[in-house]
Amino acid sequence: MTAIKFGTEVLRNEKITDDICRLTLLAPAIAEKARPGQFVMVKASDDFGLPLLRRPFSIHQATTDGQLQILFKSIGRGTAFLAKRQPGDILSLVGPLGKGFTLPSQPTNICIVGGGMGTAPLFYLAKKLLRSNTEHKAIKVFLGAATASEIKVLQNDFAGLGGLTVLVATDDGSTGHHGLVTELLTDNLDQAGNWQVYSCGPHPMMKAVASYCFARNWSCQVSLETLMACGISACLGCAIRGSGQGVDSNKPYLHVCKDGPVFAAGDVAWE
Amino acid sequence: MGIDNSLKVDIGGGLQLKNPIMTASGTFGYGSEFADYLDLQRLGGIVVKGISLQPRPGNPPPRIVETSCGMLNAIGLENVGVENFSSAKMPFLRKIGTPVIVNILGDSIEEYSELAEKLNVIEGISAIEVNISCPNVKKGGVAFGTDPVMVKKVTESVKARTSLPVIIKLSPNVTDITATARAAEDGGADTISLINTLMGIAIDHRTRRPKLANIIGGLSGPAIKPVALRMVWQVANAVKIPVIGIGGIMSTEDALEFMVAGASAVQVGTANLVDPDTAERIIDGIGDFVEELGCQSIQEIVGTLRTD
Repeated sequence: MTAIKFGTEVLRNEKITDDICRLTLLAPAIAEKARPGQFVMVKASDDFGLPLLRRPFSIHQATTDGQLQILFKSIGRGTAFLAKRQPGDILSLVGPLGKGFTLPSQPTNICIVGGGMGTAPLFYLAKKLLRSNTEHKAIKVFLGAATASEIKVLQNDFAGLGGLTVLVATDDGSTGHHGLVTELLTDNLDQAGNWQVYSCGPHPMMKAVASYCFARNWSCQVSLETLMACGISACLGCAIRGSGQGVDSNKPYLHVCKDGPVFAAGDVAWE
Repeated sequence: MGIDNSLKVDIGGGLQLKNPIMTASGTFGYGSEFADYLDLQRLGGIVVKGISLQPRPGNPPPRIVETSCGMLNAIGLENVGVENFSSAKMPFLRKIGTPVIVNILGDSIEEYSELAEKLNVIEGISAIEVNISCPNVKKGGVAFGTDPVMVKKVTESVKARTSLPVIIKLSPNVTDITATARAAEDGGADTISLINTLMGIAIDHRTRRPKLANIIGGLSGPAIKPVALRMVWQVANAVKIPVIGIGGIMSTEDALEFMVAGASAVQVGTANLVDPDTAERIIDGIGDFVEELGCQSIQEIVGTLRTD
């Protein structure tokens, strides 16, 4: 699989909330190769070339007609720049990069747990799961957010895919369960069943999901985020501590850009 | 583009490059990481990630953070070790047809010389670049590169164990860069490269914690270019051996500025991480510049800074 670098045209900039944006880009060469869980490095720089380093974004959606979407919250200089992009603007992308989610080849029970912007790669995952040749027994999606406005659009998008159940939790109780998304799991997952769990979100949430799965011996894949300089395993800056099991068991550190961003939960040291 | 003699440069120790653009150690992996983005064969030289005798795991995270116009890193010299480098990385590198320069690092003079000896017998290596910014474990952890006496000793012992050209990569974290440059020349270095990263700290004022787990990191990128240019100019005027300029080179113009300051060649570093095809773009740009100037060789501009 070969990643590429090139200029992509902004087709659409949707404001999900005041500070959450979804950019649709025309990037056929990346879209056709992209797998769920992979990411792109985006140059989010102003005329002065700042910020200097590209920013990693997971692929929110890739379509067969060459469109690619990223979903993000404006939290810094780079994302603020991206939030202002207009149709016709050109952005430089490198991708698709990294190891994505592994999809089950046998029919199984699937559980997807997303929190905040971590929901971004899970939409593409859900879509691919629904469109694969394997008909899964159940697909349950659990989404957590701070408040209703941050989750409404995504909740509808997931529900619109059909063939899955969506449950939400919000910190302020403005929609769905008032509390943590992980609190929804026990009541809504058949505990006697065997679930393939996929998760992406804030570190404490993924840690809770991972330990929930460890206790039940369920397979769990997590998509991690770190500060990253290159995204192509040249700088080795995106190290995380490994558990010493699974991939590269002899090395204390794993690299999110190359070994991940998707890891088996058991390969990560949850500290 | 065929063989263009106008871009050839001599960087000392009998080593000639097809053009003056090299990639800096630690920013270009072991070469293969960039095969998708540029034609590795076009590069003047590839300096691989620093190699030690034994594999090193690197520092705890976070290892990198962006700072104003630059990047602070404390990767901790993570590398596969010389044996794995030879068996797993060299087969790819030697096929490219671009000079491979192996950057080495160690905790003691013995480690540097043992590495030099091992590399001497590995086929396909064009030169050794010595990273002397590492702490000297036997001397209380003070970096080799800050003491002219140690710089000379390291240079001599590496030279004694290899027939390959030896490039000494200077640390900028010194009061007088010409003192360590002269020490390297006195020790028999064929070439000097500079600058390595500048030591710095980034702080989160809310948590009151350093942004890097290692607390101190090395600053690179456009932020350090004026410092690097100054040091390259001073060193080029202080030694007779060729100088390789490094420090925040992002564009053709940046590369040419270093050559005017006295660098016979340059290394592109942090820019590789931002735009993996930067080095090839600069090679094109230098070619255009030579054509525009109508000169026979890019070497004509080396050390032509006018101070009158």
